[in-house]
Amino acid sequence: MNVNLNEMPDHSGRQQYFRLPDNRTSNSRTPGNLTSDNRTSDNADLNAAPLVVQPKISTRGLNFFYGNHQALTSNNLDVAPSNVTAIIGPSGCGKSTHIRVYNRIFELYRDQRATGEVLLDGENILSPSVDVIELRRKVGMIFQKPTPFPMSIFENVAYGLRLHYKLTRSEVAEQVEKAMRHAALWDEVKDNLHRPGTALSGGQQQRLCIARAIAIEPEVLLMDEPTSAVDPVATAKIEELIESLKSMYTIVIVTHNMQQAARVSDFTAFFYEGNVVEFGPTTQIFTNPSNKQTEDYITGRFG
Amino acid sequence: MTQKLNTVAKSIYEQQGREKNPRHSSNFQKKVDVFFHWLTALCAILMLVLMVAIFWQLVSHSWLAMQKFGFSFLTSQAWNPVTQEFGAASSIYGTLVSTGLALFLAIPSSLVIALFLVELAPPSVGKVVGYAIELLAAIPSIIYGMWGLFVFAPFMADHVQPVLGKYLGFLPLFQGPPMGIGMLTAGIILALMILPFITAVSRDIFQMVPPVVKESAYGLGSTTYEVTKKVTVNYGLQGLLGAAFLGLGRAIGETMAVTFVIGNDHAISASLFSAGNSIASTLANEFAEASEPLYLSSLMKLGLVLFVITILIQILAQLWLKRVGKRMGGGL
Amino acid sequence: MAEEGRQENGRWPVIVRSALPRKLADFSIKVISSLSALLGIAILAWILFEVIKRGSAALNWSFFLHLPTPPNIEGGGLANAILGTSMITLLATLAGVPIGLLAGVYLAEFGQNTRLGSVVRFTSNVMMGIPSIIVGLFVYTLLVLPLHHFSGYAGAVSLAIIMLPIVARTTEDMLRLVPNSLRESALALGAPRWKATLGVVFRAAKTGLITGVLLAIARVSGETAPLLFTSLNSPFWPKSLSQPTANLTVTIFNYAMSPYSKWQEMAWGASLLIMVAVLALTVVARFVFKEAKK
Repeated sequence: MNVNLNEMPDHSGRQQYFRLPDNRTSNSRTPGNLTSDNRTSDNADLNAAPLVVQPKISTRGLNFFYGNHQALTSNNLDVAPSNVTAIIGPSGCGKSTHIRVYNRIFELYRDQRATGEVLLDGENILSPSVDVIELRRKVGMIFQKPTPFPMSIFENVAYGLRLHYKLTRSEVAEQVEKAMRHAALWDEVKDNLHRPGTALSGGQQQRLCIARAIAIEPEVLLMDEPTSAVDPVATAKIEELIESLKSMYTIVIVTHNMQQAARVSDFTAFFYEGNVVEFGPTTQIFTNPSNKQTEDYITGRFG
Repeated sequence: MTQKLNTVAKSIYEQQGREKNPRHSSNFQKKVDVFFHWLTALCAILMLVLMVAIFWQLVSHSWLAMQKFGFSFLTSQAWNPVTQEFGAASSIYGTLVSTGLALFLAIPSSLVIALFLVELAPPSVGKVVGYAIELLAAIPSIIYGMWGLFVFAPFMADHVQPVLGKYLGFLPLFQGPPMGIGMLTAGIILALMILPFITAVSRDIFQMVPPVVKESAYGLGSTTYEVTKKVTVNYGLQGLLGAAFLGLGRAIGETMAVTFVIGNDHAISASLFSAGNSIASTLANEFAEASEPLYLSSLMKLGLVLFVITILIQILAQLWLKRVGKRMGGGL
Repeated sequence: MAEEGRQENGRWPVIVRSALPRKLADFSIKVISSLSALLGIAILAWILFEVIKRGSAALNWSFFLHLPTPPNIEGGGLANAILGTSMITLLATLAGVPIGLLAGVYLAEFGQNTRLGSVVRFTSNVMMGIPSIIVGLFVYTLLVLPLHHFSGYAGAVSLAIIMLPIVARTTEDMLRLVPNSLRESALALGAPRWKATLGVVFRAAKTGLITGVLLAIARVSGETAPLLFTSLNSPFWPKSLSQPTANLTVTIFNYAMSPYSKWQEMAWGASLLIMVAVLALTVVARFVFKEAKK
């Protein structure tokens, strides 16, 4: 289903489409149409022709409630495929709440509910007919605190593989190694795969969780402040990782660290009090935001 | 202002004087404190003394039987007050079988009920079931005995045992007349008695798993059952084992409920339908009639065996739980 | 979406497991769990129902006021047993609770990080697991055998021994919940240790301590086995506790095992009384604690 650009409602009044910066190519399976008519004025200085691609995740009118308290109001957001989208904003503005809708993890809690539409590849994942298990196979999540399971390192990474796929023992081992290499953990632990996952350092544990998530080869990776509980050296490693992973996955990262957002992401969304205030390419948001609130936050006036 | 306070304070001090009232002298208080320290320590040590004393008394009063029977007491099936031949084998067997059956029934039930309480139940239902469990745990053993003998045993005899005998009667476990009382009923009642305890502890352990860990597992696409089986239970495995140990300890020493329904027969039989006895039930039933010294001494020896088994289990459980780091002594 | 087949993303040819058996297993366990919980409640209800039904049939004025009569004679009651149980339990409480409290004080205030403290703690945990019948045997050898008669005192002692570790450990737990700053404030004002503990710390932990004591009383008032060897039973008024003393629990045991239907009925009446007392104590203890927490 191709999205009709002209009819897309958006928050900031600009037309939403994905302008992929010139040194990258779209890796998505549905190459978009070239449209030279829909360029907006503030993108006129870029050289490459704008490529329009279908958003990987498209949020339309998302409202979220904790009991009677409304935490997200009419969120509209598009997540570009094979890119890193950062979500920034002050504490309590709804960033984590927002991405926790993408894999419907909020459903574990009785009093939390979401209304609106969240389209993954065009299909509304909030609809009751969607298979949640399949959704979670495609959309993985990394949490703020590293959460190794009480089992060996190998078993941790193999956990999701065993759930969803029928593989022979050698295939499992192969896939585990592959995932751990991509997570930059293999060399450090390859001789100790049977040690418990909890015996690793904080940074290693978080990379273990990343390996575990990518082992099942999801399409989207949600990262909820993945480096906030981890030391600076490990943080740098994980940021490198994100850079290398993005060609294979669509990544959405929530971070309260603006410098991190500026470093790793291609697109940034600024949230405030449950609303998407502004959204666009990272360079633009950080150098030339259109919204005063965004500018205030970026320059450190609050939050 | 400060000046005024100083004068006030000085005058009270002067008026009272530290030496005037010996009861307020710090020397006296220090002596009282020392006395207090020793008094409390004594009360604490009393428990150690009692434990040793119990062991000592049991040993000394089973001396007669130990001289007569020695270690063959443990393996002899005889129990004849007339010929004064006594052996603990049937009692030990009955204790082990009834306890084993109880654990076999109670542990899986406790786990699934704890799962219900933690993952499935809406808060109001969870509260009600939680209260029900606490009430079940508070009911005295003799009530279970009464209910077991007069209500449950007839139920077993009329509705359950005939069915079991009909369909599973080819197994030696389920052969024999459906009397109602017997090993099976005793095992079931014991299971009922230890169920609330193990459930409460399991529930506490399940709740100790950090929500983030569970969310990670769900986030990978697991079902509730998979999360519980592969992550939650593993997380709390040691604690759960400790709970099982404590349940075991409780079941082994249970007296009244078992006495009412086990049938009190000093025989070892393969069938669960048959009557038997446990160490505790034998003590309860036959103590009144034990007039001869050897009879009494044999009963004491039985008590010693039970004491030793219980102590060993308790010590193992406490050591195990210490490793786990959670204090569970006390409980319900 | 959840069918077996080659994964269609072109990246990785692999066989996807069908989620159906997994979901089926999940659903079955959920059903089993809910049914088990339901069964648990049902059995509790069954027990309560039967005890209430059969017990209340036996309760009448005569039950509460008269002495037992032989089984073939109408009338009679268990007034002596009610009195006896109350007296024995009261005596046990008076003996066991203060010692238990003091032992708990030692463990909480002086026995932290000491060798003696951990040994005592370990021992009291183990002691709580000793079958009550063994305690009865023990007191029998100490107070019955040498004196050549059963007595209510021996019964009270056996119950006190059972209460001791329970009260000690709950006391310790409750006292440890009191923040150190409170203790230090009292001591800083110049209070001696014993006054600080008994006055300030106890008062702060009051509800918890009361709960612990009530629960211990609830536990021992339903005990039968230890009394079988110590206070035995008696058809007479408990005039002196140095003789076998009537009590409800042993009466239940004797009457239930007897062939007389009248006695069996009275056993049910006594069971109802005991159950109501124990459950009432338990509920009050938990209720008191919950209210105070607010």
